[in-house]
Amino acid sequence: MQFSFTSEQEEFRSILRRFFEDKSPTTAVRRLMATENGWDRAAWQELNQQLGLTAIHIPEAYGGQGFSFVELGIVLEEMGRALVCAPYFSSTVLAATAIVNAGTEAQKRDLLPAIADGSCIATLAFTEPNGRWDAIGVETTAVSEGGQYRLNGVKSYVLDGHTADLIVVLARGDKGLSFFTVPGDAPGLTRRALKVMDPTRKQARLEFASVEALLLGEEGGAAAPFERTMIQAAACLANEMVGGAERLRESALDYANLRVQFGRSIASFQSMKHKQADMLVDVELAKSAAYAAASAAAEDDPDLPAIASLAKAAASEAYMQTAISTIQIHGGIGFTWDNDTHLWFKRAKSSEVFLGDATWHRELMMRAWNV
Amino acid sequence: MNEEIIRADVRAWLEANWRVDYGLVEWRNKLIDSGWGVPTWPVDWFGKGMPAGLAAVVDEEFLRIGAVGVAKAGIRRLAAATLLAHGTPAQKQQFLRRSLTGEDSWCQLFSEPGSGSDLAGATTKAERKGNRWVINGQKVWTTSAHHADWGLLLARTDFDVAKHQGLSYFVIDMHQPGVDVHPLRQMNGHASFNQVFLTDAEVLPEHLVLDVGRGWAVATTTLMHERREADGVRNWGRASVGVGRIYDEERAENATVMEPYKWYPQRAGRVDLVIERAKAAGVNGDPVVRQEIAKLLVLSKSAEWTARRARAAQMQGKPQGPEGSLGKLASSHVARAAARVHTMIAGADAMLTGEDGAMGGVIAEILVSVPAGSIAGGTDEIQRNIISERVLGMPKEPRTDNDRPFRDVPKNLVG
Repeated sequence: MQFSFTSEQEEFRSILRRFFEDKSPTTAVRRLMATENGWDRAAWQELNQQLGLTAIHIPEAYGGQGFSFVELGIVLEEMGRALVCAPYFSSTVLAATAIVNAGTEAQKRDLLPAIADGSCIATLAFTEPNGRWDAIGVETTAVSEGGQYRLNGVKSYVLDGHTADLIVVLARGDKGLSFFTVPGDAPGLTRRALKVMDPTRKQARLEFASVEALLLGEEGGAAAPFERTMIQAAACLANEMVGGAERLRESALDYANLRVQFGRSIASFQSMKHKQADMLVDVELAKSAAYAAASAAAEDDPDLPAIASLAKAAASEAYMQTAISTIQIHGGIGFTWDNDTHLWFKRAKSSEVFLGDATWHRELMMRAWNV
Repeated sequence: MNEEIIRADVRAWLEANWRVDYGLVEWRNKLIDSGWGVPTWPVDWFGKGMPAGLAAVVDEEFLRIGAVGVAKAGIRRLAAATLLAHGTPAQKQQFLRRSLTGEDSWCQLFSEPGSGSDLAGATTKAERKGNRWVINGQKVWTTSAHHADWGLLLARTDFDVAKHQGLSYFVIDMHQPGVDVHPLRQMNGHASFNQVFLTDAEVLPEHLVLDVGRGWAVATTTLMHERREADGVRNWGRASVGVGRIYDEERAENATVMEPYKWYPQRAGRVDLVIERAKAAGVNGDPVVRQEIAKLLVLSKSAEWTARRARAAQMQGKPQGPEGSLGKLASSHVARAAARVHTMIAGADAMLTGEDGAMGGVIAEILVSVPAGSIAGGTDEIQRNIISERVLGMPKEPRTDNDRPFRDVPKNLVG
């Protein structure tokens, strides 16, 4: 496992940090989060044309840049830090990874280049109103009628589901679980944006009423690639989360240094110093776990399932705890809409739950380690 | 000087000189004369002036051939490092070689009943009377004082200047009537430390280290080496299993030096035992126990990877990031979490100890040893101060002990 970044990776990170500070200040975040789409196609195109980020971990044979999960982790950490409003996790992380894992060679050549160049926004619809993060929760059905598959059922908590051009759907048929692809504007598909707590990351509910779908990969063969996608996505989300947690921690430190009470900087009180030290421990430990997970994903380490779940559990606890402490350190102003802290607090809450909370991932880790 | 040349040199020297029928001291003297015993030390003092980064190559070659190194365990290494930095040529001449051979053993007389975290608040007094320094006071938490030949002593030579300016640093002969060593029994039943009573104990003038009033600077050097070697317990004391006279002598040395540290693995929480214990107790299917075990493993693996990040950065010569300062505090969290989980798994047996306790008393020893980890070598609270001030750059709290003669600073009644 890799425990440090190369100088090229460090340089890549600093380029991204400057880019997102410039393109995704909180004024931009607030503007986009107030829209129903939650992202802006012009800004998205700029993101892809200048840095090619949507292509980062997609293999070169399919129009991607062929980098590893370590570089993808760096992108996500920096996006989480800047709270970038873009369909990146849905399209590049979830949908592209699922297609890489499940698709046939021809399907990958057909579908991935448009995702890699950002012209196609894709998403993965797997969770249903029952809120389960594993395949057991899948009740959506796929029926084959004369060589044509039709989907019936309801998907929920689908990231960017109401704006995606292409939806990868997990459904159950006679032969078991299969992936399908459906265009965003398919007849019979009703899409409704959900009222989300974290407005910087939109979710939708999708109702499938006899929607025509194309099989992705092998019929009945989706269980393994789906599980693999969830593991890789958990590693990715953990990296995005620690980026946000570190940004919160820094803002709490900046504010403590600025704020004067009782005639002195509140940063000089030992109760504040100890709280900040504890926050640093929480965030750095979670970062170490997230980096270990990205590295394990890059190397396809046999221990990846346990490490990815460990990292997601650590990030869920650390991000939320850091958000709570950051609000507390800001005092009354931290509870106002005008102060930016709640933007990250809400992302922390949403990410804590998305793909499974800490309790769920601790259990997955224990199973992976055969306890 | 590059890696291949060093490796070839040390290998050739060891192949020509290493023999298992040497006496321990005899071999170490030969080693010291060659410069391979402490290769990072200066050429004038038994070393080869090698950069620290290359020392691992030498260690690897020693390990490969099974050669015994210079004496490393215990306080002697801190003494040697401190005297190498600050000692007079005469002090280096007198103490360095015999510390490296293991003939002299050392203890550290820093902490006092009245000054723990606030080490510079020491009140043990050193007065110049005729051609002697005369020492009066009490030291505590002194590992191995009962068999040490020499002590590193921090004492106050002036009560009328500010606290840090009134301290001086001495080497004291532990074998004298004025030095009285009493074992200090701990809550876990072991007595790994001592109280040392100093009553008109004497120090020769030539055993003052650096100048009068500059003891704090010297003590800081000792403490820096102590922190740097905080994980040293894992590295020393692993006596070779080899056959031969020199190995027998090394094992005997180790048994003495390591005796006070035998409960240290329990102090760290023994995370390694948790899963097998849970399976043996049949509670590994209990969802509540599983969650608590998992929380512990998340914490301990994250702490381990954080240490690996710090080491990787150090190896690449990068400036130390925050990850390098968190280990001590993180390990306290790990140990406490482990004690909680061990209690859960042991159930009612957690109330018992010794041969009636779980695992023949090992679990009980964990439960009553873990509280030491967050105190010894810098309390969790001091660690948080260090992290917030040195890593995060937060301001120090206003102080009331630096702006007046030490005599006027409020003190504990015990000191």
